[in-house]
Amino acid sequence: MLNQIRRTPNLLALIIVSAALAVLPLTTQNNYILTIFILVGQFTIITVGLSLLMGYAGQISLGQATFYGIGAYTMAILSARFELSPWLSLLAGVILAAAVAYLVGLLIFRLHGHYLAMATLGMNVILFLILTQEVEWTGGPSGFRGVPDLSLGSFTFSSDLHYYYLMWFFTLIVIALSLNIVNSRVGRAMRALHTSEVAAEAVGIDTNAFKLKVFALSAAYGGLAGGLHATYLGFMSPGSFTINVSIELVVMAVVGGLASVWGAMFGAGAVLAIEQYLRTAIKSLIPNASGEHEIIAFGLILMLIMIFMPQGLFAGLVTAVRQRRTVFRKP
Amino acid sequence: MGAKPLLEARGLLKSFGGVVAVNHVDLDIHRGEILALIGPNGAGKTTMFNLISGTHRVDRGEIFFAGEDITYLRPSEVAAQGIVRTFQNLQIFGNMTVLENVMVGCHLHGKAGFFASALRLPGTAVEETRIRQRGMEFLEKVGLADQADQPAVSLPFGQQRMVELARSLAVNPKLLLLDEPAAGLTRVEAEELDRLICQVRDDGVTIFLVEHDMNLVMGIADRVMVVQYGTKIAEGTPAEVQANTAVIQAYLGADWHQEPKSRQPAEVENA
Ligand SMILES: Nc1ncnc2c1ncn2[C@@H]1O[C@H](COP(=O)(O)OP(=O)(O)OP(=O)(O)O)[C@@H](O)[C@H]1O
Ligand SMILES: [Mg+2]
Repeated sequence: MLNQIRRTPNLLALIIVSAALAVLPLTTQNNYILTIFILVGQFTIITVGLSLLMGYAGQISLGQATFYGIGAYTMAILSARFELSPWLSLLAGVILAAAVAYLVGLLIFRLHGHYLAMATLGMNVILFLILTQEVEWTGGPSGFRGVPDLSLGSFTFSSDLHYYYLMWFFTLIVIALSLNIVNSRVGRAMRALHTSEVAAEAVGIDTNAFKLKVFALSAAYGGLAGGLHATYLGFMSPGSFTINVSIELVVMAVVGGLASVWGAMFGAGAVLAIEQYLRTAIKSLIPNASGEHEIIAFGLILMLIMIFMPQGLFAGLVTAVRQRRTVFRKP
Repeated sequence: MGAKPLLEARGLLKSFGGVVAVNHVDLDIHRGEILALIGPNGAGKTTMFNLISGTHRVDRGEIFFAGEDITYLRPSEVAAQGIVRTFQNLQIFGNMTVLENVMVGCHLHGKAGFFASALRLPGTAVEETRIRQRGMEFLEKVGLADQADQPAVSLPFGQQRMVELARSLAVNPKLLLLDEPAAGLTRVEAEELDRLICQVRDDGVTIFLVEHDMNLVMGIADRVMVVQYGTKIAEGTPAEVQANTAVIQAYLGADWHQEPKSRQPAEVENA
């Protein structure tokens, strides 16, 4: 058993991360920390999908918040308006997000590079219009209220603590499944088509089918995060699913280091932590600071990370730790 | 040679803007032979490969492989039919190890999809081990087994070509298309390559080989086909082709190398 763990560092990492996350709430009474971690888990789910899509399959999406939104509103509308079981509503959101991605993908994977980026942006714009215009269904710009909580038997997920565990349960499942995918025949095919589509095709890899499936998978993750977001807050508005959010998701994936499942978690965590920190730090430095100061500082930090860790935060930290170790080992 | 050809192409035509890259070419490749395609720069050799492998769509003409019409198949479908190509400008998966490169070549010999892989369904581990073993077998064949875990890009150019060859063989092709496989190789490496190509042919794989320089293929080709400006100007045994006046004229006229060229990396740059 021990040997097997040693041979599979990802399993070891999963166990350590799960244990750390499990005890975290015991070490703090601070609800604010919990809510931040719920957010990190939620964005990790989407970022992992984006990392598979961009880092492994080499396809750009600037509209990933679309699927996040589809998941959230499907969850909300089905469970609140149609009184469908919240679990089934969550599942429906995941499936609908994946189905939309598949259909959109059929059209847009004929495009390459910038065109793909533009097409996914367009998709996000359309979703935003629907969310703000179809007031009867979505609640319009003022948002949707009254999404029911999830429950298991007689137990209802109602507190931040409950949702913390629920969110990270799903996040770790997504990480585990994605690690399995990356280290498989499918993962190899994705990396292959990223480097050379012609060479991948030449050995029989149907590159279009793979792109479609990765896109649908990343959308399913987005849908899952959306559904969980909806039931956790019980409320949401179209502002959470804009192009800005899509771009923020890309930033998380890039900061984490694109072709890395674990990196996605670090990227989501780092970006959210920096944003939260700046919000308070800038206020105390410049008392009458506006949102723009935050954005400028955020941009500067991103630039520094990319200059000093072009491989992303995760790979950058791993290399740094390795160098430390070899320095220490020297007599 | 009474048997039906393995690959039959009729009236292949392909132009890019005003340039007719392949001009009404008929092509027969017989089972078990090594057919060499030679011609000067820009004669349309690579374009012929692109048409057969489905990388480019033909403007006119048709291609039959083992009796099936493959004219409009996508490249991955052509590969699944058993036609595998290499690339003039080497296409190695730089973000993978040598062994992983060859394992990608085993793609069609596995089934595990997203679902099975994500859940590690029973059978996926077995399949993965089988693919790994198969990958190693082909690395042994090209003499690179001891480099299996090296990043593919860390290998010298000649060995990277061998990785590409091993990857192509791992697909289990019936017809192997090699686009200037000796370009950029040293003399020793090129001789080793010739030996390997003959061995692959003896294992039952039909080979269609592009070479820029006629002298380089005379030793191993069963038949030679010569193209110039997209048109076939001669076809026959090496001896017949060498004696052909049109070919001799093309040689003189088009500034071909008369002497066997040294196979130095200089050639890679314009590849
Ligand atoms: N994708 C393309 N777009 C435009 N023109 C092309 C394309 N591919 C080939 N050509 C043109 O078609 C002609 C034949 O090119 P091809 O690459 O087939 O020649 P080749 O015989 O392989 O030459 P070489 O010995 O240099 O490899 C050339 O004039 C080339 O410029
Ligand atoms: Mg060529």
